[in-house]
Amino acid sequence: MRTILYIIQKEFLQVFRNKSMLPIIFIVPIVQLIVLVNAATYEMKHIRVSVVDLDLSSTSRKLVSKFQGSPFYRIQKTSFSYREAEDQMKRGNVDMILQVPAGFEKKLLKEGQAKVQFVINAINGQSAGLTNAYSTMILLDYNREVVLENATPAMMAGIRSIQTDYSYWFNPKLNYKTYMVPGILVLLVTIIGLLLSGMNIVREMEIGTIEQINVTPIRKIQFITGKLMPFWIIGLFELAFGLSVGKLLFNIPMEGNLGFIFLSAAVYLFVILSFGLLISTITHTQQQAMLVSFFFMVVFILMSGLFTSIESMPPWAQKLDRLNPLMYFIRIMRMVLLKGSGFADISRYFWSLVVYAVFIVSLAIWRYRKVA
Amino acid sequence: MPTPVNIITVRNLVKKFGSFIANDHLTFEVKKGEIFGFLGANGAGKTTAIKILCGLSYPTSGEVSVAGFDIYSRREQVKKNIGYMSQRFSLYDDLTVFENIRFYGGIYGLRKQEINSRAHALMQRLGFEDARNKLIRDIPLGWKQKLAFSVAILHNPKIVFLDEPTGGVDPITRRQFWDMIYEAAHDGITVFVTTHYMDEAEYCDRVSIMVDGKISALDTPENLKLKFDAPSMNEVFIKLARA
Repeated sequence: MRTILYIIQKEFLQVFRNKSMLPIIFIVPIVQLIVLVNAATYEMKHIRVSVVDLDLSSTSRKLVSKFQGSPFYRIQKTSFSYREAEDQMKRGNVDMILQVPAGFEKKLLKEGQAKVQFVINAINGQSAGLTNAYSTMILLDYNREVVLENATPAMMAGIRSIQTDYSYWFNPKLNYKTYMVPGILVLLVTIIGLLLSGMNIVREMEIGTIEQINVTPIRKIQFITGKLMPFWIIGLFELAFGLSVGKLLFNIPMEGNLGFIFLSAAVYLFVILSFGLLISTITHTQQQAMLVSFFFMVVFILMSGLFTSIESMPPWAQKLDRLNPLMYFIRIMRMVLLKGSGFADISRYFWSLVVYAVFIVSLAIWRYRKVA
Repeated sequence: MPTPVNIITVRNLVKKFGSFIANDHLTFEVKKGEIFGFLGANGAGKTTAIKILCGLSYPTSGEVSVAGFDIYSRREQVKKNIGYMSQRFSLYDDLTVFENIRFYGGIYGLRKQEINSRAHALMQRLGFEDARNKLIRDIPLGWKQKLAFSVAILHNPKIVFLDEPTGGVDPITRRQFWDMIYEAAHDGITVFVTTHYMDEAEYCDRVSIMVDGKISALDTPENLKLKFDAPSMNEVFIKLARA
């Protein structure tokens, strides 16, 4: 036990003696939260529209003004030539073309229906889908107004409409930041944990001190534990710090018991740190370790459900994702913070992490060779 | 004089890396308390052999016993009884002199008071009192080497293995370093040292000379010089290496 304490003491000394470490621990999280949370958003603002109004009637103007009045749209250009608008789209100056054909008003009044056209730039499928949904919503709204305006009281009596009202659970204002902050915090502890541990043993190999340790009677489990503990403590501290920043800057909800968050984080960090040490034992230079860590990190992050929903991934990818520790912890974070889930709700993910931790710690201890 | 006990016994030690034979049936003994020189050109297989003796590397075949313990079955016992200073620098650059001593003392399981008193004695002997809180990266190479040696014998091992301890060090420091080796030997520590400075070979009680993975001579420096009819160990070495 005392042996482990000496290793922990030494690791802490080395971490804090490293001039770039303190900024990484204290400043990077704040910057990351501020920049990423504000930047990585799905909300569409300022969709640039080119309007081709060939009707120029009061009805068509009303429709256009509906778009104009929405905070999501910005009318970039109005012209009478579809070709011109298309040209603008090809140059990337507008995201959407709204075309109102000639005779729109007349047709609407006479036949009771008319068509308008949305042409949406779908290079980014996700935002195109959202643009389409927003635009359809505006059109529906407009539709209702037209119906109401032109209906006689007798007709009104005959109309039975079903209105849909929404209430969004767990994030009533659909605040994107509320959704992102817990996920970004997971990224943060993951990156710091994986890099610190991944570079660690291999660094001792590079400078040659590992041999000096390997000739001592130290046991492998003592060595690995001594190496893990400092980063584990730093990781947990980092999470607490990040949660505080999230609360202060973004007022993220903390519906559930923070104890579950830290309990899960404790296990999660074991997974990540052991993963790092495992990388450290199979590589020979810090550079290799960095590249291997980076590779895993990108895969883990992209498949973590942070940016895209896991449920929309193909079944094989969802199965593969069971090996992704980030997926479990991001779920736990969101469930506990946003929904106030209790232990029963997160237990499935929690125990998965426990199994993962035991497995990967054993693997790291087994892979670490005192004797070549 | 009592018959000296063998503290290291090696029988038919072979180490292969693929088809390359780094150690080809080495057989030798090291007696308790002696300074044993392990000589050879670069690439002759010295470091390979020393790593096997220290338990850092598995032999391909052969019997090896160090400090009375079999290297295969009692590896951890062997490690408690040996010290090792590699040719690569083995202290932490970003820790101070004292922090390095404390760390190595700690992982050898020394108690706190013991570490403090030994560290104090060690720094006094080396004249390092003022450098106690200096980072290793800020002290001269010669100092580092002396410190590394002192740290390697901090836990009072029975044997200390020194792998080219004086590489890149000036002649005065080398001389001082050998004074430290004598002191350690005087305290009863067996010293197993590799070097390719032939003047240093003269300081050893017995030397073995390795050529291409084999031991081609093993005796006291005096006997070797007589046998090969050479005025110095340097000549002995050149004659052997050319043969």
